[in-house]
Amino acid sequence: MVTVAQRIERVWTMVRTVHDPELPYLTVEEMGMVRGVTMRDNQIVVSLTPTYSGCPATDVISEDVENAVRSVEPEAQVEVVLSPAWTTDWILPSAYEKMREHGIAPPEGQSADRAFLTGQGKVIPCPFCKSKDTSMVSAFGSTACKALFKCNACLEPFEHFKCI
Amino acid sequence: MTEGQHLQIILRLGDDALVLGQRLSAWCGHGPVLEEDIALSNTALDLIGQARNFYTLAAAREDQGRDEDQLAFFRTDKEFQNHLLLEQPNGHFGDTIVRQFFFSAFALERCAFLSRQLVDAEVAGIAAKAVKELQYHWEHAAQWIVRLGDGTTESHEKVQASIDHLWSYTGEFFNADEVDAAGAEAGLLPNLAVMRKAWNARVEACLAQATLTCPEDGWMQRGGKQGIHSEHLSYMLAEMQVLPRTYPDATW
Repeated sequence: MVTVAQRIERVWTMVRTVHDPELPYLTVEEMGMVRGVTMRDNQIVVSLTPTYSGCPATDVISEDVENAVRSVEPEAQVEVVLSPAWTTDWILPSAYEKMREHGIAPPEGQSADRAFLTGQGKVIPCPFCKSKDTSMVSAFGSTACKALFKCNACLEPFEHFKCI
Repeated sequence: MTEGQHLQIILRLGDDALVLGQRLSAWCGHGPVLEEDIALSNTALDLIGQARNFYTLAAAREDQGRDEDQLAFFRTDKEFQNHLLLEQPNGHFGDTIVRQFFFSAFALERCAFLSRQLVDAEVAGIAAKAVKELQYHWEHAAQWIVRLGDGTTESHEKVQASIDHLWSYTGEFFNADEVDAAGAEAGLLPNLAVMRKAWNARVEACLAQATLTCPEDGWMQRGGKQGIHSEHLSYMLAEMQVLPRTYPDATW
């Protein structure tokens, strides 16, 4: 007999295989989007929190998670939980180094700090040459979660994962 | 606040976000520079996402078998209850920025209240997410107001003309009807008189920094919240809704 704890652990194992379609080197768990796996009315429920209201990847991620977990739990449900709102503070530390390796400056510090919100008053080091001489080109980037920066030292443009 | 009024409040929040999101999405591929193209498209994406959240909630609450798409694509112009400002055409870049500036100042204050109220936890959840996005929209618009107002003679004149033209659409934000009053009474919506002070302070401070003049109130437009719109909304909806209305069973 498989216990509930074992079933939940098995689902977690499958959830951990799902990657963010826009940041494919990161899993949705590393992104802090998985709020939990629980047993409700004898059914496994995976709770996900979207990063941005309009993030087009949210639907794809829900489907990917559903497909992954249903290989071990055919009746499993995926629910989207909006509250509490996702924050960059939930991104796991393992994601930070992976972001840098892929040329994205990870979020800096706690999102609660007002100064980080616009990327002003905060030094965002270049993920390529590590120089702190960088400037923001635009608060909006190629995806909802990123801002555009440039490095004044090595002159490379790079993206910064916004703190929200 | 009746159940019907509660539902109407959620729909209005969705309508504001969808109409402006649809308008802004028309800038995609037409922005004056690449960064602005991306910024306006990102803003559109945030707003359409917020609209989806409010519509999904409204559809679940009304329990009539409708979903977010039916609320967006199968309601007529008279059923939309967005503020008139949001349906005004994009015009030139300055017009779009002024529209965004006026609305973001309002939406940010409103959303902050919605995220804190304890009457409707699901609305608070959507708002808590949205308020972080609206902060970016406000910053972006406010920075452009300063750059255009305190820029060249031409940019100053053009953006002042946009402000003078769109000002008459800002009165509606603070014109409480029965639904607003009931929502405020119940603690779900902010008191619009209090909101007006916060909005004026935000807008006036930025306009002063931008060396722009804050217009006097004259004839102020109204009617959007009651479904009486300017002609622009109907054309916009015709374009937005034509595909699902022509092929109601289409999926992708």
